Amino acid sequence: MSETYVARSSAIAARMLAGEMMVMNSMDSTFFTLNEVATAIWQAADGRTPLREIVRTRICEQFDIDPEQAEKDAEQFVAELSQHGILLVSPEPLGDPHPQEKP
Amino acid sequence: MSLLSEVGQKAFNLGVPLSVHLDVTYRCNERCVHCYLDHDDHGEMTTAEIKSVLDQLAEAGVFFLTFSGGEVFLRRDFFELVEHARRLLFNVKIKTNAVMIHEAEAKRIRALGVDTIQISVYSHRPEVHDAITKLPGSLKRTIEGIRLLKEQGLKVTIANVLMNWNLADHGEVQKLAAELGVHYTLDPTITPKIDGDTSILELRIPGQELREVFTNAALVPNMEEFCAPPKPVTGDDLEGYSCSAGHSFCYISPYADVFPCVQFPLPTGNLRQQKFLDIWNQSPEFKEVRSIQARDLPVCSSCAHVTSCTRCPGLAYMEGSMRGPSTADCEKSFYRTGVPTANMLAKGLDKPTFTTLIQIRPLAVVS
Repeated sequence: MSETYVARSSAIAARMLAGEMMVMNSMDSTFFTLNEVATAIWQAADGRTPLREIVRTRICEQFDIDPEQAEKDAEQFVAELSQHGILLVSPEPLGDPHPQEKP
Repeated sequence: MSLLSEVGQKAFNLGVPLSVHLDVTYRCNERCVHCYLDHDDHGEMTTAEIKSVLDQLAEAGVFFLTFSGGEVFLRRDFFELVEHARRLLFNVKIKTNAVMIHEAEAKRIRALGVDTIQISVYSHRPEVHDAITKLPGSLKRTIEGIRLLKEQGLKVTIANVLMNWNLADHGEVQKLAAELGVHYTLDPTITPKIDGDTSILELRIPGQELREVFTNAALVPNMEEFCAPPKPVTGDDLEGYSCSAGHSFCYISPYADVFPCVQFPLPTGNLRQQKFLDIWNQSPEFKEVRSIQARDLPVCSSCAHVTSCTRCPGLAYMEGSMRGPSTADCEKSFYRTGVPTANMLAKGLDKPTFTTLIQIRPLAVVS
């Protein structure tokens, strides 16, 4: 099965506010707040870790969610954010534009 | 309510500093006739100091960061500061006159993921714009800068400060903005100079001209609603607060002084002596600003405009009391609706009259 790699776009701004991650794309000013699970995926999107592994290690274990359902939800979430240029998606590993920072 | 407004309200309720305006210098390559700043360096923060401030702001939860001045590009380290801010994932806005923006700078701004660049344009006529900036050729250079930024796909806003020198030109500046494909915003606010000199207040546009601006459908799309008489005041309305200054917003000067707003010169602390969060959470001045509700305003609480007025607590503070009226906003409310304000009625005036204002002074040079 082919892997999916996700990385945060260099055009985004992000910050935690009261447990929710605010994310904004500077190119078109689209603005999102992410729930706890989505935030965990977003924070783990380093371009090198396959999405499936992120879901298994960061979501299923921490949030006690069924792996199959979690993977489907994650794919939908990643597709939506990639449409808005907030996440980059590739079948190959990607570079992380913000390797040091944790908002 | 939009998602962004909801987040803004949440930050306001929690007392999180969602937005900060940071002036990195007061030095400038223009000498605008209405500018309230001096243009000397009284001891600007170093690169390392500003980076440390940015680290503290990120930790405090600041999301929206505006770099302004003076002219930001007069700092040779400006891109280093923006790069640091973007690494900390701030949403960055830059205010500049754009005369130092060439292709390389425009590309760098784009590469850094800056959200918006706000640029001052006073007139479509070089003889008027350049007379205001006192920099020959400045309009041409500013427009060239705007074009270069647009070529990079960046969001640009033209800020058109209105004064009696350029009063007739706002329509053409708005057209220019449309031709350039950028946003347009208009501001009729002129404040005294940092050294207390109030002579520049003579540049303010006369009150009756404000009425013409407010009833101009090209400038005010919802003009009828905007100019409608104020709705009756209810008890809940008096629970409200003036604005986000000190609640979810603050201003930091090039000398590390922290104020509730760039237009609210109430000193709350200095980042060379204290940590940002200590000032934000513990300053008695911030606590006082946050405590003031509409019902605590001796004059404004009885005003018909109390719910719709843009009352600026900073301008009120400059008039003598942060709980008092801001006459500039009394004037806007009056000329917007034709309904007299409580401030005017208390003084027996048929139109608002201005009083002397004070302005921000760097703490380091206050004797």
